[in-house]
Amino acid sequence: MKKFLMATAATALMSGAAFAEDVKIGVLLGFTGPLESLAPHIAGGAELAVQEVNDSGLFMDGSTVSAVRADATCVDAAAATAAAERLITSDGVKGIVGAMCSGATGAVLTSVSLPNGIVQISPSATSPGLSTIEDNGLFFRLAPSDARQGELMADIIKGRGIDEVAVTYTNNDYGKGLADSFAAAFEAAGGTVTINAAHEEGKADYSAEVGALASAGGQALVVAGYSDQGGSGIIQGSLDTGAFDTFVLPDGMVSDVLTEKFGSDLDGSFGQHPSSANDGAGKLEEMLAAVDLDGTSPYAKEGYDSAAVLLLAMQAAGSTDGAAVSKAILDIANAPGEPIGPGELGKALEILAGGGEIDYVGGSDVELIGPGESGGSYREVEIEGGEIKAVKFH
Amino acid sequence: MDFLNAVVALTNFVLIPAIAYGSQLALGALGVTLIYGILRFSNFAHGDSMAFGAMVTILVTWWFQSMGVSIAPLPTALLALPFGIVGTGLMLLATDRVVYRFYRRVKAKPIVFVMASMGVMFIMNGLVRFVIGPDDQRFADGARFIISARDFKEWSGLREGLAFKTSQGLTIVTAVIVVAALFWFLNKTRTGKSMRAFSDNEDLALLSGINPERVVMITWMIVAGLITIAGVLYGLDKTFKPFTYFQLLLPIFASAIVGGLGNPLGAIAGGFVIAFSEVGVTYAWKKVVTYLLPESLAPSSLVQLMSTDYKFAVSFVILIIVLLFKPTGLFRGQSV
Repeated sequence: MKKFLMATAATALMSGAAFAEDVKIGVLLGFTGPLESLAPHIAGGAELAVQEVNDSGLFMDGSTVSAVRADATCVDAAAATAAAERLITSDGVKGIVGAMCSGATGAVLTSVSLPNGIVQISPSATSPGLSTIEDNGLFFRLAPSDARQGELMADIIKGRGIDEVAVTYTNNDYGKGLADSFAAAFEAAGGTVTINAAHEEGKADYSAEVGALASAGGQALVVAGYSDQGGSGIIQGSLDTGAFDTFVLPDGMVSDVLTEKFGSDLDGSFGQHPSSANDGAGKLEEMLAAVDLDGTSPYAKEGYDSAAVLLLAMQAAGSTDGAAVSKAILDIANAPGEPIGPGELGKALEILAGGGEIDYVGGSDVELIGPGESGGSYREVEIEGGEIKAVKFH
Repeated sequence: MDFLNAVVALTNFVLIPAIAYGSQLALGALGVTLIYGILRFSNFAHGDSMAFGAMVTILVTWWFQSMGVSIAPLPTALLALPFGIVGTGLMLLATDRVVYRFYRRVKAKPIVFVMASMGVMFIMNGLVRFVIGPDDQRFADGARFIISARDFKEWSGLREGLAFKTSQGLTIVTAVIVVAALFWFLNKTRTGKSMRAFSDNEDLALLSGINPERVVMITWMIVAGLITIAGVLYGLDKTFKPFTYFQLLLPIFASAIVGGLGNPLGAIAGGFVIAFSEVGVTYAWKKVVTYLLPESLAPSSLVQLMSTDYKFAVSFVILIIVLLFKPTGLFRGQSV
C-alpha cells in the first residue's frame, strides 16, 4: 500500500512536470497586401507581450509561450483560412491573434477557429458585421466596431452645423460597413447624404468619381478610405477641381501622409480615430520604441494587448482549452480587479495564479462590451495650419 | 448666370479632363497604328513600353531635381523627356533586334508577332517594376495650375469653379505639336514618304529600292518618341504606377481600332471618341441639368448612365459596335 501511494505521488509529480509545456499562439496578420506596412508593428507588439510573459516565468506553472507568424494577406480569404488551418493542425497553436482586415478575420473565424474551438482575438478588424457573426463566444476584438465610429462621426458632423454631405468609401468590408453605419446614423439625426458611392483602390485617376460626387454636392465630403491610396486620390481630385474644400476623415484617413501631401489645403477638415488618453498608451509606446517598433502605428498597441489578454485568460482559466479561455477573457479584461497596465504582465500572472482578480487595461484602454469587442474611445482631430490637431476625446 | 454655371461645370468635369485624356490616348494610339501599318502586327507591349519610357524620364527627372535643375513653372520632366525618348528608343531597337527581326526574316504570320509582343510585354512589365517598384511615384513639380478653381470663382463670381491644370495644358499643347510634326514628317519628307510606301505595298516599296531595315528602325524611333511623350504626360496629369499603364492598353487599342488601324488620322479621332465616351457616360449630369432646367424639373437622381466602375466597359462596347458595323474603323484603316 505504501509503495502504491509512493508510486501515485511520483506519477502526480511527473505529470505536474509534464504540464509545464510550450504553449504556441498564432500571430495571423496581413504581412503582405494593402496593409503590409502596419503588420510588422502589430506582430512586434504581440511578440513583445509573449516575451514579457516568458521572462516572468510565472505562466501556467512554468510553461513557456512561443508565437508563430502566418500571413493572412488581408484580401485573399482563401489564403487566410489556409494559413490559419496550418497554424492549428501543423503548429498546434492554442489561440490566434488576428486577423487584421475584417474580411479575412470573418473567414478565418467561420471556417477555422469556430470548428476547431480556438479563441481568436483580432487587434484591428472593425467591420460592424463581426458584432453579430456566429462565434460561440470564441471571437473577441480590441478594435471598436465601425457602427460606433459611424454614429460618432454623424454626431461630430452635426455638431459642426453641417447637414448635407457626400460619402465615398473604399470598396471593401471596412469601407462599406463604415459608410453604411454612418449614413444610417446621419439620416436618423436629420442630415442628408447626397450620394454614397464606392471607389476602388490603386487607380491612376479619380476625376470621374470626383465628378459624380461633385454633381451630387454637399457641404463636406466623407472619405471612408485609405490615406495611402484611393482616399488621397479622391481628395486630390476634389481639391484640383474645387469640388469640395472640407473633408471628414475617419480612422483610415487620419495620417501624416495626408498633411504632408496637401498641407494647409486641408485646413478646416476634421475626423476621428480610435485612441485613448490613458497613461498606458505612452508607456507602451516607449516599450515598443525600445525594440525598434512604432507604437503610434495604428493598432500596434492593440497587437500587444491582444496577445496579453489571450495569455492572461489562459492563466486565469488554468488551461489552454478554447471554451475555458474564452469564458475567462471578459473577467480579466473588465473590472473588478487590480488594474494592469503594459509591462505589468508578470504582476498580473502572479495575481491570477494566487486566485485574485485583474482588470487588464493595457496600452489601448481595453474594456470589452457586448459580444466581446472594444467599446472604443475616439480622438476627434482637426487640421489646422497643415497639421493634425487633437480637439477632444469621445 | 445659370447657363454660365452649367457651361463652367461641364468644362471643369467633362471637357477639360476628356480633352487631356483624349490627347494622351491619341498619342498612344498613333504608336499602335504606326506599328500596325508598317510592321504589320498589334504590339501588345505598347502599354508597358510607355511605362518604360515614363520610368526612364522619371529617373532622369529625379536626377535633375537632386541637382537643383529646374525650368519652373514648367515641370522638370519636360527637360528629361529627350533622355527618356533616347532610352526608350534604344530599348525598342534592342527588342527589335533580339525578338522581332528573327520573325520578320522567317516571314512569320502576324499572330506569331502578336504572341512574341506579349512575351515582350511581360518582360517589360517585370523590368519596370524591378527598377522603379510597383508603387505610385511622384515626379511632378513646377506650378500645378494655370487656372485654379478658387481663383476662378473669385474672379468670375460664379458658383462653379473652373480648374485648368498645368499638366492638362501641357498635354494638349504637346499633343498638337507632336501630331503636326508627325503629319509633316509622313507627308512632306522623303523618309516619311518611303514609310508610307512601305506601309501601302511592301513588295513595290522594296522594288523601288527602299531599305526595309531603315524604315523599321525609323518607325521604332518615332514610336519611342510618341509613347514616351504619352507616358510622361499621362504620369504628370494623373500618376505614375506601372500597372495603370498596362491597363491603358485597352483604351489605346480601342482608339486605334475605332479610328481605323493603320490610319494616323483615325488614331487621333479614335482617342477623342473613346475619351469623351468614357468620361461622358460615367459622368453624373445632375449638376449641369439642374442649372439648365427650370427648378420644377430638377432631377432628384444623379442622371448618371453608368457607375464610374464601368469606365473600361465603355471602351469595350464602342470597340464591339465599331467592329460590328464598320470593321475598318471610322477612317477606313485596315480591317482586323
